[in-house]
Amino acid sequence: MDQTTSIDLEKRFEGKIAQELKIEPKDWMPEEYRRMLIRQISQHAHSEVIGMLPEKNWLTRAPTLRRKMALLAKIQDEAGHGLYLYSAAETLGVSREQLYRDFLDGKAKYSNIFNYPALTWADIGVIGWLVDGAAIINQVSLQRTSYGPYARAMVRICKEENFHQRQGYSICLTLARGSKEQRQMLQDAINRWWWPALMMFGPPDAESKHSQKSMKWKIKRASNDTLRQKFIDQTVPQLEYLGMKAPDPHLKWNPERGHYDYGPIDWEEFWNVIRGKGPCNKERLRTKRVAYEKGQWVRDAAIAYAKKYN
Amino acid sequence: MSKTFDTSTPSPASTLDAKIHYLFQLADNALIMGQRLCEWTGVAPELEIDLALCNIALDHLGQANAWYEYLVEIYPHPTDVDQLAFCRDEHQYYNITLTELPNGDFAQTIAKMALFSIFNYYLHDALRKCPDARIAAIAARSYKEIQYHRRYTSNWILRLGDGTDTSHERMQRALDIVWDHAFEAFAPSPADRIMHQHGIAPDLEQIKSLWEHEVHQLLHKATLSIPETGFTGYRAKSDGIHTEHMGYLLAEMQYMQRRYPNLQW
Repeated sequence: MDQTTSIDLEKRFEGKIAQELKIEPKDWMPEEYRRMLIRQISQHAHSEVIGMLPEKNWLTRAPTLRRKMALLAKIQDEAGHGLYLYSAAETLGVSREQLYRDFLDGKAKYSNIFNYPALTWADIGVIGWLVDGAAIINQVSLQRTSYGPYARAMVRICKEENFHQRQGYSICLTLARGSKEQRQMLQDAINRWWWPALMMFGPPDAESKHSQKSMKWKIKRASNDTLRQKFIDQTVPQLEYLGMKAPDPHLKWNPERGHYDYGPIDWEEFWNVIRGKGPCNKERLRTKRVAYEKGQWVRDAAIAYAKKYN
Repeated sequence: MSKTFDTSTPSPASTLDAKIHYLFQLADNALIMGQRLCEWTGVAPELEIDLALCNIALDHLGQANAWYEYLVEIYPHPTDVDQLAFCRDEHQYYNITLTELPNGDFAQTIAKMALFSIFNYYLHDALRKCPDARIAAIAARSYKEIQYHRRYTSNWILRLGDGTDTSHERMQRALDIVWDHAFEAFAPSPADRIMHQHGIAPDLEQIKSLWEHEVHQLLHKATLSIPETGFTGYRAKSDGIHTEHMGYLLAEMQYMQRRYPNLQW
């Protein structure tokens, strides 16, 4: 490709971004844009897939049949979200197989939040409420992301995530209105998930290395700190309605800012978990790796059979 | 459960006793199948299989829920779905032992699911036409789901049986492990007999011949041998005497209700 054409293509691309038009798989795009998208979409897909594990931990022990069904339906949706997202990533010219291998080899990241353990039934409520709640804030903003297949996947995913958050909050509400033991179980779960949920939006804007370019190309539509603040503002009234407390003595309404102020986040913990030093990093990946290895003969059989008869 | 209704006598005292026992057989089969399938979540051989197994587990739990709801209505004293699903003792569950067997490897799960879903398919095909409107309605809804379970698992029997040498060997071994337990489905419990006399439950001999015909054809097509039949005396659906696996399954499934009785969740 000669120099002029390349510049023209780039101009056309930037023009589309400026006009809020979607970039589609067959459109020309800068290699860096493609790489950033592959990275973000595949991380999102891996998060859906690994996020099934903490919830699965309570699926076989769910306290009622209705809760068991709702949790299973939620987990099933997550597997489905993983599939759409892998498909969206594949439109950028990578194979799902490769992405999945990178994930199993620990080369690709996934949301830190799934490296924390789900210890009681209350955790299932709090995961639905806070973790899915945080995910929705992020995903609602991504419905306007510049890459068409990703934006469309987000529209579909957001619809289902709303249902997930409601089922989580409904568990929390039942516990909050329950016995002393149930309320304590809920408070303990909130104490353990609160800070990791706030960390889900990523490092502060000043330290976020991918943010600037990502915002410029409208992959990302709002900054980490903006989304985090939005989440806190939305969540505190829900927390109060439950009659529970956040483990943050600095959490307070600031009438001047029109937002809640919150205390310092332990970013050292965040970076440690990113580097593989969270409570469940090794275990989660090992579980997925072992499952993949144990399933090899099944996948081989399916391929062999298809070759014989198709 | 503080008060229990005696449905475990060899000859149920009344038609209502028999009907309750019969509905427990249907409900418990679905619940225990669903519970076992939940164990696969997140660790299936690939994401599409994860999705399918979640889907099938959800179908079973939904079917169990529908049968328990009906039981709650006709139960002789007040109860609710969760009391019935989670608060009985082991000997009060009337699922066939096939459903409670451990998942084993993927081949064993498929073997168990296929043998069960082919039986379940013919059973529900009969029940959806039975004169008890409520049973017929629940069976008709379940039947549609079970058609898919039967198709999904039969396809896997073919792929694994006729896939690679390894998958063939694993599939054959899996069938041998679960085989004997399938025959419990066809040994009529006292409740099966009474419900059959009332024209509600089908003749299990007929279901057995349909099942054998289909299973034999399927295994033949999948290049698998019909396992040799060993012990066929499992009667959990009649007397609640289960395999050693059931206690562990219930310990896990009932944990919350046992640890925190009489609370709302």
